[in-house]
Amino acid sequence: MPDELHHLPLIHQVLEHERHKPGALLPILHAIQNGLGYVPDTAVPEIAHALNLSLAEVRGVISFYHDFRTTPPARHTLRLCQAESCRSRGAEALAAQVREQLGVDDHGTTADGALSLRPVYCLGACACSPALELDGKLHARLTPERLRELVAGCMTEVTA
Amino acid sequence: MKLFISCDSLARAVGADDLVEALLGEAERRQVKLDIQRTSSRGLYWLEPLVEIDSEQGRLGFGPIDSADAASLLDALASADCQHPQALGLVEDIPYLKSQQRLLFARAGITRPTSLDDYRANGGFEGLAKAALMPTEQVVTEVLDSGLRGRGGAAFPAGIKWRTVREAQATQKYIVCNADEGDSGTFADRMLMEGDPFLLIEGMLIAGLAVGASMGYIYVRSEYPDAIAALNEAIIIAREAGYLDSTGSGVAFDLEVRVGAGAYICGEETALLESLEGKRGIVRAKPPLPALEGLFGLPTLVHNVLTLASVPIIMARGAQYYRDFGMGRSLGTLPFQLAGNVRQGGLVERAFGLTLRELVEGYGGGTASGRPLKAAQVGGPLGAWVPPEHFDTPLDYEAFAAIGAMLGHGGVVVADHTLNLAGMARFAMQFCAEESCGKCTPCRIGSTRGIEVVDRIIASTDAGEREDHANLLRDLCDTMQYGSLCAMGGMTAYPVASALKHFPADFGLATQEAAQ
Ligand SMILES: Cc1cc2nc3c(=O)[nH]c(=O)nc-3n(C[C@H](O)[C@H](O)[C@H](O)COP(=O)(O)O)c2cc1C
Ligand code: SF4
Ligand code: FES
Repeated sequence: MPDELHHLPLIHQVLEHERHKPGALLPILHAIQNGLGYVPDTAVPEIAHALNLSLAEVRGVISFYHDFRTTPPARHTLRLCQAESCRSRGAEALAAQVREQLGVDDHGTTADGALSLRPVYCLGACACSPALELDGKLHARLTPERLRELVAGCMTEVTA
Repeated sequence: MKLFISCDSLARAVGADDLVEALLGEAERRQVKLDIQRTSSRGLYWLEPLVEIDSEQGRLGFGPIDSADAASLLDALASADCQHPQALGLVEDIPYLKSQQRLLFARAGITRPTSLDDYRANGGFEGLAKAALMPTEQVVTEVLDSGLRGRGGAAFPAGIKWRTVREAQATQKYIVCNADEGDSGTFADRMLMEGDPFLLIEGMLIAGLAVGASMGYIYVRSEYPDAIAALNEAIIIAREAGYLDSTGSGVAFDLEVRVGAGAYICGEETALLESLEGKRGIVRAKPPLPALEGLFGLPTLVHNVLTLASVPIIMARGAQYYRDFGMGRSLGTLPFQLAGNVRQGGLVERAFGLTLRELVEGYGGGTASGRPLKAAQVGGPLGAWVPPEHFDTPLDYEAFAAIGAMLGHGGVVVADHTLNLAGMARFAMQFCAEESCGKCTPCRIGSTRGIEVVDRIIASTDAGEREDHANLLRDLCDTMQYGSLCAMGGMTAYPVASALKHFPADFGLATQEAAQ
């Protein structure tokens, strides 16, 4: 993807800053993803070169970890907790509700690119389950109504 | 007027920030000067957002307070008797808190997380000061004598690990704090890192001193951004205050936070080390022990957050003080975490030995739904579902092992009778399939097979066929339990087999009595 070339300055900046850390690969991937929203394919050879790794090694690490994504994210990311404590408070029904409201499956993104839905296994909010994280913000004691509102808020906003 | 409101991420997730904003707005309208101090959380989460105010007898509490109640709260606080429907009286007298034995969480809800002054004024760095004056060998002996066992799950005696790392010969050794806290139903590590980060730093400094390590890493899961921020801030403050380079031994010690990337298996210590080295989180075969060949092949002391955070109090008060809490070989206190379908969810730090019933019914107040209690999963996603007939078991490592369960990291997820445990058994297999590192067959393939078998049991309309599939599932659990390299595959059998054993009806199977 040639239009990814404009990401190179940030990638080089990150590599300059992080490459000398022992075990630098995860900090590098996090920094790139924090800056760009994802780890573009153009980054892979740059990282491999800087850390003296093979392309396969870098790709292997990116694909191993659930957090790293290789395509741009949707405008909003909803991470709905599906682990035991939240399940004991109805998280499965909440997940079904969102899937229906958005017409997408787990890990799916709405056609307009507004929101992607991701299951997550525990947010440490279990004393007030069920919980979710929307664009990095934690919400707990979730009700079906509140969830519907949060989702609707992401879908109806005016996009510039 | 000075108020205390928590800045804990879960307090904020249930409205603490909105409340602060509403209170400040309301105070401005009334032209009242309001000083709101953001402290850690008491861990009485069902009462969050909790507002506290100083009184002559101690802090008075009000909670939970919705931001819509801001005006009524300010009215109450301005009145002589402070009457309010949500008034709780003296916070320290709330039975849930009063009956706890808070050693690790002594400062919870009282201090501001990254205030070094608050930390020092409340016992902070006393343990380090004592340790710095002792021969390092004696520091290890204190840890050994305290009876402290690893809080990450396996409950291995901490002092033995310390001795191994101390005696290892190497130019560089590491302290690694396992802050991956992937277990669902647990949040004590999060609370501690967000609320009292200097305590973890102090514990790691003492460990570094004792075993001769000069570098520490804290591996925090990415799901905990507030903990990461609090630790990073606290490390900078501690460094500026000189704590990270003058630990008394003349050995410089530095600390760095590393962030995980959403892989549950990276909580397993060898997978964690791989991840820290920048690799895929694949479990290593043991031996070699990480204590001898750990991070980058060098001697490494790996401990859970709570294990390391227990050390300062052991140093400050002595091994004997610590081991006077607890029972049998489970000594000291464990911060239990009450979660799931429970009325009063929160953190309960108590000496080992209280019963599960005291915890769930006493502290928890039963189910949140008000429906009958069905079971509690103790010890995270790899822990067994414990039926009510076993609720009088004392919370002790050995007593739980004796009923085929485990305490693990102390998380307790309560379920009422609407939760179908066949569904939860399926989920346990699905979780294992998703999170397996893939190194061994029983875990990687077995879990996928497990999902299929549970599905077949649920779908089958023939009772005999269901029994056959159930036997297959039991065999599969055995294979996974005895044939897996680590507890991921090995202990996924616990939630599945316990569900099958205690709740056969959920699978459409005859109950054991009926079958006999
Ligand atoms: C699948 C799996 C996940 C684990 N997750 C964690 C975890 O999130 N946090 C933790 O402290 N220990 C976890 N452990 C236990 C660690 O392997 C290790 O025993 C622990 O870090 C040692 O510290 P301790 O002696 O303080 O308990 C996990 C183990 C397994 C098998
Ligand atoms: S049991 Fe599972 S997670 Fe553990 S080493 Fe084997 S494949 Fe990896
Ligand atoms: S299980 Fe959902 S927040 Fe812990």
